[in-house]
Amino acid sequence: MRNLFVRESGNYKTSYSDDMKLFGTTGAKVKALLIVLIVLALPLLVSNYWIGLLTLCAIASVGAIGLNILTGLTGQISIGVGAFLGVGGYTSAILTSTYGLSFWIALPIAGIVTALIGGLFGIPSLRLKGLYLAIATLAAQVIILFVISRWDSVTGGTAGMVLNRPSIGEFSLSSNTGYYYLCAIILLLTILYATNLIRTRTGRAFLAVRDRDIAAQIMGINLFQYKVMAFAISSFFVGIAGALLAHYTMIVSPELYSFHVSIEYLAMILIGGLGSIFGSILGAIFITLLPVSLSSIIDVLAAFAPDLYQLLSAFKDFVFGAVIILFLIFEPGGLAHIWLNMKKYFRLWPFSY
Amino acid sequence: MTFFLQMLVTGVVVGSIYGLVALGFVLIYRASGALNLANGEFVIIGPYICLILMTAYKIPFIYALLITLIFSAVLGLVVERLVIRPIQNAPVVSVIMATIGLSSLLGGAVHMIWGHQTRTFPPVFPQTPINIAGVIISPVYLWSFIVVVLLLVIFSLFFKFSKMGIAMRAVADDRQAALSMGMSVKYVYAATWTIAAVVAAVGGVLLGNINGLSPTMSAIGLTVLPVVILGGLDSVLGAIVGGFIIGVVQNLAGGYLDPLVGGGLKDVVPFIIVLLILMLKPHGLFGSRRIERV
Repeated sequence: MRNLFVRESGNYKTSYSDDMKLFGTTGAKVKALLIVLIVLALPLLVSNYWIGLLTLCAIASVGAIGLNILTGLTGQISIGVGAFLGVGGYTSAILTSTYGLSFWIALPIAGIVTALIGGLFGIPSLRLKGLYLAIATLAAQVIILFVISRWDSVTGGTAGMVLNRPSIGEFSLSSNTGYYYLCAIILLLTILYATNLIRTRTGRAFLAVRDRDIAAQIMGINLFQYKVMAFAISSFFVGIAGALLAHYTMIVSPELYSFHVSIEYLAMILIGGLGSIFGSILGAIFITLLPVSLSSIIDVLAAFAPDLYQLLSAFKDFVFGAVIILFLIFEPGGLAHIWLNMKKYFRLWPFSY
Repeated sequence: MTFFLQMLVTGVVVGSIYGLVALGFVLIYRASGALNLANGEFVIIGPYICLILMTAYKIPFIYALLITLIFSAVLGLVVERLVIRPIQNAPVVSVIMATIGLSSLLGGAVHMIWGHQTRTFPPVFPQTPINIAGVIISPVYLWSFIVVVLLLVIFSLFFKFSKMGIAMRAVADDRQAALSMGMSVKYVYAATWTIAAVVAAVGGVLLGNINGLSPTMSAIGLTVLPVVILGGLDSVLGAIVGGFIIGVVQNLAGGYLDPLVGGGLKDVVPFIIVLLILMLKPHGLFGSRRIERV
């Protein structure tokens, strides 16, 4: 019988365009279609609580893909993602709540504003690398959050702002299922854009910058342009994720975008796999569900020791740190790499050498 | 004028603590080229041990401090061996992330073991404030100032004359060359993390004496980042001078400008300085110019 996991028997590609095809085989097309169908059918199968979690995963995936374009593809570290999420969220909040604009206009504007601010803070990346860039983005995080929490007249200060769920004409997306579909579709579009980005001249330039920026410049890549572009594109998606998140939680306030959020997003792409879009999604799901599953573990244990609830947040921090360290030491390639290994194993099975 | 002087002096003494904590960063950066974002947690674990020893076991301060320092040294060693060494050759983002993970792990552990409430240190230094020309200083501040200056001298001499210090500089300069000259890079790394952890604990004990102890105090790990950037990531003198400058600027800005923007400027001003420094003079005031420009 034909092995179900083997979709091609060799490499028969004879041209570059063949090699670069998104869906090279019929199998790949079917797989992609299946995934889309599953994503769209999921709300019918699971409870409302899980739809909420899935929405959060989808939103985090959009942000993680954005960050991965910057850190994974272009090699520029950013630990200011939290603040950029905030910029997206606040832009959308101000536009929809204060100025009464439609969500469908506010969402892209939120992305564009975040892209502009991200590009602005990306300018230092031309001169700074590694540690220094990390600290510059950390400074961006602190400064942006300060501006947000002090600019009372526009942002509502530390109290934050309240938002509404969007609607299409008469049809409101206020239910969890409706909002899930919105986020899922945006996630699919993001995936499509990001996979295509890697296949273009821009994407290859990003990779060249990551691998050796001096060599890239010698080969005619305008470093300034591409680094700022990477910051802008990445921030665009982070801003979109921020706006989606804001309309999901229906509130924005400065403490929702703290340094801890930046770390979570960085953890997503590291645990998922640097430079891998599929990995970003896996990482986003992992990090989003980690505290949820820890809470349920604590729920079970609390039957024996009621004091445990007080330890919950500390315990989450502890496990979060441990998971990051363990992944870095034992599987630097992240979940995406584990997935590849599993695929390889089944592909070669039963002769796994 | 007295207000200005008071702000200035407060800035200097707060700056001396910053300098002390920043020293831990610099030591690790010098030897291993890594930025230890878990430094804040190193700073708070020491004083917690010291506090427990003093209150629960009634050990006099000096012995408690000694035990604390030994404990911190072991902690530094363990962290280096278990976390840092396996990823020594990984890209910068991984090393940064590992120390962030470490900070989350240690922070969570501190929180779980000692709870979130603020604890006060039993008085170690005399409580009566000293009045110097109308400016009031508490003795703790004076002590921290003395300790910082002392450590500055010790480490300057250490890096200049001792065999270990020279080995650390050599490893920081070029790891492969140091290896081929027969130095044990592993040993040097381990020693660096040990010393850095001990320095952090000293800073932590002083800080705990000033503000009391709580898990949120580990935020100082991020607060002193501007200090090391300003002073230069690899300069001991820079860490101390940067500490003083940031402390003074922060307090002056807080004192004079806070009423205008509604508070909170103290925490932001250092980072604005960071952005300026990174744009204008990325290697800091005293750092060596080794940043690769493109």
